[in-house]
Amino acid sequence: MTEQTPILRLEGIVKTFPGVRALDGVSFDVRPGEVHALMGENGAGKSTLMKVLGGIHAPNEGQIFIAEEPTIMTSPIQAKAKGVVFIHQELSLAGELSVAENIFLGELPRKSFGRVDWAKLYTDTDKILKTLNVSFNARTRVGDLSIANQQMVEIGRALTVDPRAVIFDEPTASLTDAEKVVLFDVIADLQARGVGIIYISHRMEEIFKITDRISVLRDGQYRGTLNTAETNEDAVTQLMIGRSLDLSRNESSHDMGDVALEVRGLSCGSLFNDVSFAVRKGEVLGFYGLVGAGRTEIAETIFGLRTPSAGQILLNGQEVRITSPIDAIRLGISLVPEDRKDQGLVLGMNCRDNMTLPQIGDLTTGPFVSNGAEVAIFDQYRDKLDIRTPGWRQTVGNLSGGNQQKIVIGKWLSMRPEVLIVDEPTRGIDVGSKSEIHNLIRELAAQGYAVIVISSEMPEVLHVSDRIVAMFSGAVMRTFTAEEVTEDNLVQAISGITPQKVA
Amino acid sequence: MTGPTKQGVGNFLAKQGILIAFVIFMIGFALANQRFIAMDNIFGVVRSSAILGVMALGVTFVVIGGNLDLSVGSMMSFSTIVVLDLHDKVGPALAIPMMFALTLLLGAFIGFLVGYLKLNSLIVTLGMLSAIHGLTLTWSGGKNMDIADKSGTWFSFFGQDRIMGIPVPILIFALLAVILSMVLSKTPFGRKVYAVGGNGQAATFSGIPRARIVFMTYLVSAFCVATAGLLQASRSLGSQNTVGQGMELEVLAAVILGGASLLGGSGTVFKTVIGVLILGFIQNGLLLVGLDFYVQYMVTWAIIILAVWLDVAAKRGRLWSPIA
Ligand SMILES: Nc1ncnc2c1ncn2[C@@H]1O[C@H](COP(=O)(O)OP(=O)(O)OP(=O)(O)O)[C@@H](O)[C@H]1O
Ligand SMILES: [Mg+2]
Repeated sequence: MTEQTPILRLEGIVKTFPGVRALDGVSFDVRPGEVHALMGENGAGKSTLMKVLGGIHAPNEGQIFIAEEPTIMTSPIQAKAKGVVFIHQELSLAGELSVAENIFLGELPRKSFGRVDWAKLYTDTDKILKTLNVSFNARTRVGDLSIANQQMVEIGRALTVDPRAVIFDEPTASLTDAEKVVLFDVIADLQARGVGIIYISHRMEEIFKITDRISVLRDGQYRGTLNTAETNEDAVTQLMIGRSLDLSRNESSHDMGDVALEVRGLSCGSLFNDVSFAVRKGEVLGFYGLVGAGRTEIAETIFGLRTPSAGQILLNGQEVRITSPIDAIRLGISLVPEDRKDQGLVLGMNCRDNMTLPQIGDLTTGPFVSNGAEVAIFDQYRDKLDIRTPGWRQTVGNLSGGNQQKIVIGKWLSMRPEVLIVDEPTRGIDVGSKSEIHNLIRELAAQGYAVIVISSEMPEVLHVSDRIVAMFSGAVMRTFTAEEVTEDNLVQAISGITPQKVA
Repeated sequence: MTGPTKQGVGNFLAKQGILIAFVIFMIGFALANQRFIAMDNIFGVVRSSAILGVMALGVTFVVIGGNLDLSVGSMMSFSTIVVLDLHDKVGPALAIPMMFALTLLLGAFIGFLVGYLKLNSLIVTLGMLSAIHGLTLTWSGGKNMDIADKSGTWFSFFGQDRIMGIPVPILIFALLAVILSMVLSKTPFGRKVYAVGGNGQAATFSGIPRARIVFMTYLVSAFCVATAGLLQASRSLGSQNTVGQGMELEVLAAVILGGASLLGGSGTVFKTVIGVLILGFIQNGLLLVGLDFYVQYMVTWAIIILAVWLDVAAKRGRLWSPIA
């Protein structure tokens, strides 16, 4: 790419929060028509940098230039008016409102006397939706959409203005492969129009597929910018975490024990039908399928959050009745849920309290919660999972997305369950920690835990599982052993192409 | 998203906004009238705030759990009338536990509706406000309730006596505040209340019985109301049917003034106590400054809004936020 005047430039940005120096003199620029990746570990400061750019945080020091004009961003509205649009890591939609109202929130088209021009609103929205190639329409209630589709609505918001720069903060964390393709088309489109794209992601394949340059942050400091075409994954990882990754699966050979959890003919309305599988102590059972294949619903049923319409659940050979998470937890089942913000965390609580929540009743001396016991658990899992926080008193909502996810994992690991179910465990987690979590899952299996891993990332399922259950539209299509599985037959199975069931 | 926040001192201010507002009010009033900071005046204020305060302690639990309780005023009238009536019928030693039992029953009923049936707490408690008022009137036949022999009963102890020079209502308020503060901040139950109010779904996913926790917060609230009713009855030894009327809003104001969020999940007993004291001292201060009783209502509310605004502004780091 030739040198051009950057569309956007940040210089010497410093941003501190109480106890955290989130950004320490970061400089960074974006050229028109380029996709510029911003990478770094969880908590490196990527989202914070973008929030400074998007007018959400005021920097303590440093300057923002738009087309080389010094600019002070005071609010997201003003940033948007200057052509800088931000698509957030955490969705921020109004679930009760329609897609159209969400997309044009705060700038609904008006007729005389301030009346909303609904006709125009819906046609404008439909135009935007068309470029996004989605299946829902402008009138759909956002709360009824899948997370992936909500993400699309969020992207739709960016397209209501003629943007100069669009920031995508981990947009693909909850998208399926098909949806990613659509997103990448949208990005290519913007690129062709000369818009500068800032793209934050922890997924190397994507970064190398769609970006032109890669800038790396580490502990709030700028580490350098690489041309994507002239570098490789290892070099980027080196810059990000200061070492290379060992991606081999640490195959500590261990024996598998008896069946820990078995499910027979489990059905739940139209969500999934006649599902049977078993997971042994010491085994990692992967569940792979498209979003909507019913994997999360199966996990929720086992965890007592849904009532099955048929079938049995057996623990250690005994049939059990699980009517609530309380039962499940008592029986030694843990579920790391799919959606950390709504299901995993109380965002307003501190890190420690979130982590110990499911076992708080057991951490007592006399009638009172034992501070020492709680802190001990927190410290143990903070170290084990490398959670970056200034201390346990930090409000979880102030942690970076990946560190929040680690708190949820720690919360359920610390229960020392017999059966651990993890639903999209590495969503939003950086490459280094991701491989650590994969290792951890293998290690837990070696220690005799039965682990179920639900994931939409094929490399992840392939990497950690001993066997893989392929699901399509609520039914088990096939169960593979690690030896027989290949990317091809897995893809076939989850797209419903092989309808025959092989046990 | 929160707006920019200041660091260091600014951060401390942000956390203590309401305390600072309190100190400013106190200094202002003290400058206007010396008598305001006289020891006996301060005692007087705390003592007359005790009944409101005790009720606010309970409502703190309900609000942190993510609900409202607008029935406490009318429930307090009920407790007062019931204990006065039973006093002459079965004697004070039996009247008091019976009144507590009946009040707790009302709390359990509300807790059942809001917790287990998941009905909207605003609607339920607003309805209960008038339903309980009706119950009180039915009990008393609409007449004022008086103890026959006002000088010959030890029942006046709770509202009128002093221990080591400190009025008993203040002691009860303080004791209850300390106990409930421990319950909220140090027990598993307290932690669960925060979790349920902060994010009910995440609480469910963590194996916390949401319905039962909400139910319990209403029991705590009813217990506090019964205590308040006891103090009220013991202080006056006679009462109208409407003695607690309107107190639900004052209680809520105190809790919110203390910084609990109406959305649930935040607040502390200590902050509520500060909220109660601010409210009490404002009213007292206005009286001493010589403001007309009717004007007081309006000024009180203006000052509450001001305090809440200062608090929010301190958290945001600016007075006015153009961002939602
Ligand atoms: N509002 C806040 N208050 C306090 N600390 C904050 C706040 N926002 C961010 N931080 C801290 O600043 C640091 C950088 O966080 P940031 O969200 O920018 O990380 P990130 O690079 O986006 O990480 P991730 O990949 O996990 O999303 C973290 O240590 C985080 O805890
Ligand atoms: Mg982030």
